[in-house]
Amino acid sequence: MADKITLGYTHLSGCTGCTVALADNYAGLLTLLDKYVDLKYMPTLADARHIQKVDVSFVEGSVCIDDKLAVAEIKETREKSAIVVALGGCACYGNITRFSRGGQQNQPAHESYLPIGDLIKVDVYIPGCAPTPQMIRNVAVMAYLLLKGTKEQKDLATAFLTPLMKATESTSACYCDLMTKVINQGLCIGCGSCAAACPVNAITMEYGKPQGERDLCIKCGACYNQCPRSWFSFDVVENYEAINEAIMAALQ
Amino acid sequence: MGAELGKYKSCISARSTDKELLKCAQDGGIVSSLFAFALDEGIIDGAIVAATKEFAAKYPAKCIQDSTNFDMIEPWRPIPAIVNTKAELLAAAGTKYNISPNVALLKEATRSFGLDKIGIVGTPCQMQAVRKAQLYPIGMRDVGASIALAVGIFCMENFPYQSILQLVEDHAAMKMESVKKMEIGKGKFWVYGKRGQVVQLPLKVTHKYEQPGCHVCLDYVANLGDISTGSVGSPDGWSTVFVRSKIGDSVWAKAMAAGVFETQPIEKVKPGLELVSKLANEKITKNKATLAARATFGVGKALRNPYI
Repeated sequence: MADKITLGYTHLSGCTGCTVALADNYAGLLTLLDKYVDLKYMPTLADARHIQKVDVSFVEGSVCIDDKLAVAEIKETREKSAIVVALGGCACYGNITRFSRGGQQNQPAHESYLPIGDLIKVDVYIPGCAPTPQMIRNVAVMAYLLLKGTKEQKDLATAFLTPLMKATESTSACYCDLMTKVINQGLCIGCGSCAAACPVNAITMEYGKPQGERDLCIKCGACYNQCPRSWFSFDVVENYEAINEAIMAALQ
Repeated sequence: MGAELGKYKSCISARSTDKELLKCAQDGGIVSSLFAFALDEGIIDGAIVAATKEFAAKYPAKCIQDSTNFDMIEPWRPIPAIVNTKAELLAAAGTKYNISPNVALLKEATRSFGLDKIGIVGTPCQMQAVRKAQLYPIGMRDVGASIALAVGIFCMENFPYQSILQLVEDHAAMKMESVKKMEIGKGKFWVYGKRGQVVQLPLKVTHKYEQPGCHVCLDYVANLGDISTGSVGSPDGWSTVFVRSKIGDSVWAKAMAAGVFETQPIEKVKPGLELVSKLANEKITKNKATLAARATFGVGKALRNPYI
């Protein structure tokens, strides 16, 4: 458990909110950097100029396919990283960049933005707009256990990360997912997780079912992924107490 | 007993020692007493509960702030709310038997309601949602560490509001406003009126009104609560209590030391844990069959299975 994993952070068409969310682990970030992670490349937080060969790359933001550099960088990230993590709604699903249509200074022809999974194979998703500091922390600890842990720890990390790996099968998200994949499939239990998770308060609960104001929806994917009926692993969630304790202990 | 009851440190039959509270309670007053005690001791600084039209009229600022027009809340339709005092707790006590999206308040509880130590009561699926939110806090920033006491209630299935409306007003021929209490037990759905009238419907009648999402649930006794409780297994007026987690153990021990509950060993009471196990196994078996049927629901097409 002594050696660190190397981390890169590629910043594409994002607002840097995902970077801030990572940094908002405060002392936890320092512990991660002290004990588990060697930060090789990260505009804003580390002083390297070029994408490096790393174990794990976080990618923030979607790819502007009209921008040659952005396209080159996502490809280079994939090439140089063993594991690519799409961090945040924009990288996973497009999010608010779905609504771009160009016309902005100083690049009016930069009109088309795609989630990174439409250009490269992505290994893990961390959805959310912004993703929460705690979610980033949990995935970071699990990624470390996956790469450097004992057999038992690797198994736990695999179980924990599996739904976030399977999530990469889709590159688009919307409030409508709650309708098409949950309610229409006879799975909604009316718990209200979706309404709580929505970053723009687009969802209210009406007679025990989510009602989305679709004009407010930014297509971030938080609601669907937070829903206990989108994906649920008994093995993992039933061990919530032990896993929470393990993550806290790792950050001591 | 087996896996159908989840992991637990101890199980007991219990009843609140607070006679006043018992008058408002569904059974043993476990949830209300636990939250009242926890509020008093500072274990929680507020609890998310299923409140009512009457509660919303008295404490509108405590209810979920959404598009609900509070003038339009029907009798017996629950509204998730935050309670901070014993009076508010008592005003929200009692089972409603239809969907109360308590988890919808989980993030807001830490924001405009300013809670650092949240109590929440919920059905087994809501407990699952809370634990998923702690492990995978996708849209729940700074929420996980603030969950101080999650109390789960036993649940066979839940109902949309319109189902209970039809069962009470149509099948039981009673007006919703005149209902004093509802109960599911001894194979029947009981409706108690304010003038003392009682109507019972065979549970069979209620089956077509159940929320479909309940039919793939594999948890009867809220395996993921810190403490879980329900009437099944204990005598009338008492509740069966499972103490499950470290938090649950600590809170229950303190409550017991403070004389909040009187108890009987679950081994000594009728109908006892055997009935809880029986019903849990029935639910799990029935719902596993539903899950399997979903895999071949169409012709060469399956319905989605959420479980990994």
